[in-house]
Amino acid sequence: MAGTAGETPELIKVHSGAVEVPYDWHCGPYWSRFFRGLRDEKKIYATKCPSCGRVYIPPREVCGPCFARMDEWVEVGPEGVIEMFTVVRLPYTNPSTGEPLSVPYTDVYVRLDGADTSLMHWLDETDEKKIAVGMRVRAVFRDKRTGTMHDIEHFKLI
Amino acid sequence: MARRTAIVGIGQTYHCARRDDVNGQELINEAVTRALEDAGLTMKDIDAIVIGNMDHFEAINYVDGWSVDGSGAFMRPIMKLTTGGTSGMTVATAGYYHVASGFFDVVLAIGWEMNSSSDTTAAITTCCQPLIERDFFAGAIGPLAAEYTAYIKRFGATEEDAALVSVRDHNNALNNPHAHLRTRITVEDVMKSPVLCYPIKLLDMCPRSDGACALIYACEGKAEKLAPRPAWVHTIAGSRDFVYMGEPFQHEELITLERASARAYKRAGITDPLKEIDVMELYLPASTTGVKWMESLWVCGRGEAPRLIREGVFNMDGQLPVNPSGGPLATNPIGATAMIRVGEAALQIMGKAGDRQVPNVRTALATAFGSCSWSDVTILRDTKP
Repeated sequence: MAGTAGETPELIKVHSGAVEVPYDWHCGPYWSRFFRGLRDEKKIYATKCPSCGRVYIPPREVCGPCFARMDEWVEVGPEGVIEMFTVVRLPYTNPSTGEPLSVPYTDVYVRLDGADTSLMHWLDETDEKKIAVGMRVRAVFRDKRTGTMHDIEHFKLI
Repeated sequence: MARRTAIVGIGQTYHCARRDDVNGQELINEAVTRALEDAGLTMKDIDAIVIGNMDHFEAINYVDGWSVDGSGAFMRPIMKLTTGGTSGMTVATAGYYHVASGFFDVVLAIGWEMNSSSDTTAAITTCCQPLIERDFFAGAIGPLAAEYTAYIKRFGATEEDAALVSVRDHNNALNNPHAHLRTRITVEDVMKSPVLCYPIKLLDMCPRSDGACALIYACEGKAEKLAPRPAWVHTIAGSRDFVYMGEPFQHEELITLERASARAYKRAGITDPLKEIDVMELYLPASTTGVKWMESLWVCGRGEAPRLIREGVFNMDGQLPVNPSGGPLATNPIGATAMIRVGEAALQIMGKAGDRQVPNVRTALATAFGSCSWSDVTILRDTKP
């Protein structure tokens, strides 16, 4: 080895610096219709399985358990029930922007009225003592909408 | 009919928060060298290699290529596999398949991770679909924390129940020279530690570690010569479920683990896992999962896990010791974490677990977990299948 007795050889670490790789992600017809519904109608659209009848949000082409193609669209929400939640206090890096995320924020898993799955989004309350599983919430839409999940600003307790 | 196959060698590195004394290839070589020593083999005896990790933690792709000198793969077949948190058991499973298929006699499986290379939670978050859920998904911690709020609501479990699991695993790790965290803790320490994502606190959550693990699988005829007490693979079962975090079945039980373990028990002829399994090495990324997921392993009914935990059933001196090694709460080099579960289960069968040895282990179970709620199960025994 390079070092001799009594010396501690220097160990070198190299920092990458900020790495930014832009990507293009394709939404396909199902997510596109979902996002158009949020943007143009302030409505939340889901797909229903012709085999098991389960209503899926976010909408998708195939019901996984049945491996059946879904063609039926149904409107769900904009109200629903908190199925579970967490108040995030751990600061970490937003991998989509490279910027630190602002904490605390609250993730809620909302079982929208008429849906059989839950939608993950933010709740505008970060005091866990004021939040409980089973509480009813409503989607708050932004005034300026661009066809993304953030056309819903957050959910609020009713 | 698959060829009978056993684990005959286990190698683990020194695991800690930051292995800045080695690069990735050197870390891998440390595990490989130790596994070969453990089995009394040299690289000449290895017919094929399987390796895996989660590339996005280091942002260097193709470990099967760049690690060749250190992994021993020069002029040998090597295959890389990545499946998320389950990667280590997927790689171990592939090592088993390589031998059981009859194509190779002695195969090396390697799982590794240099988690200190990046912000682990940010990197994990990239597993989530960027257009639908990524912005709302706080890495591994967020959904695990959220699912425990649903479990608390349904069954009246408490944060203290989870803390008991954390205390058990952390204090078990005191007996494991390979554990990253080796500090005695109390329920009070857990409850007073900072909240990461309510209701999960710092001492409820696994650390991120740098480390690697290597296993050597050998066929019947060779395994008995290489190890006085080989750990025979009886069955491996895995299940995957949904694409999104908010799908049904996920929140109050872990359906993938229920299905995978039920299948594994059936194949291994196990009807009462609490009585028939001698030790479990479980991929418990958070203490809360050590409460809720016990029910998905069929060792108790729905909502009964908190009582069993309070009674100490899964402690080292209990009926079914869980995580004598300390589990992921003590050591978590993510691409190796699930392989360490298999390796620790094998050590228990082989009677080589040192201070963390459970007496008279004949049947051992290991699990792996990866998001979005994937589960794998391996059952090892001291007898041939």
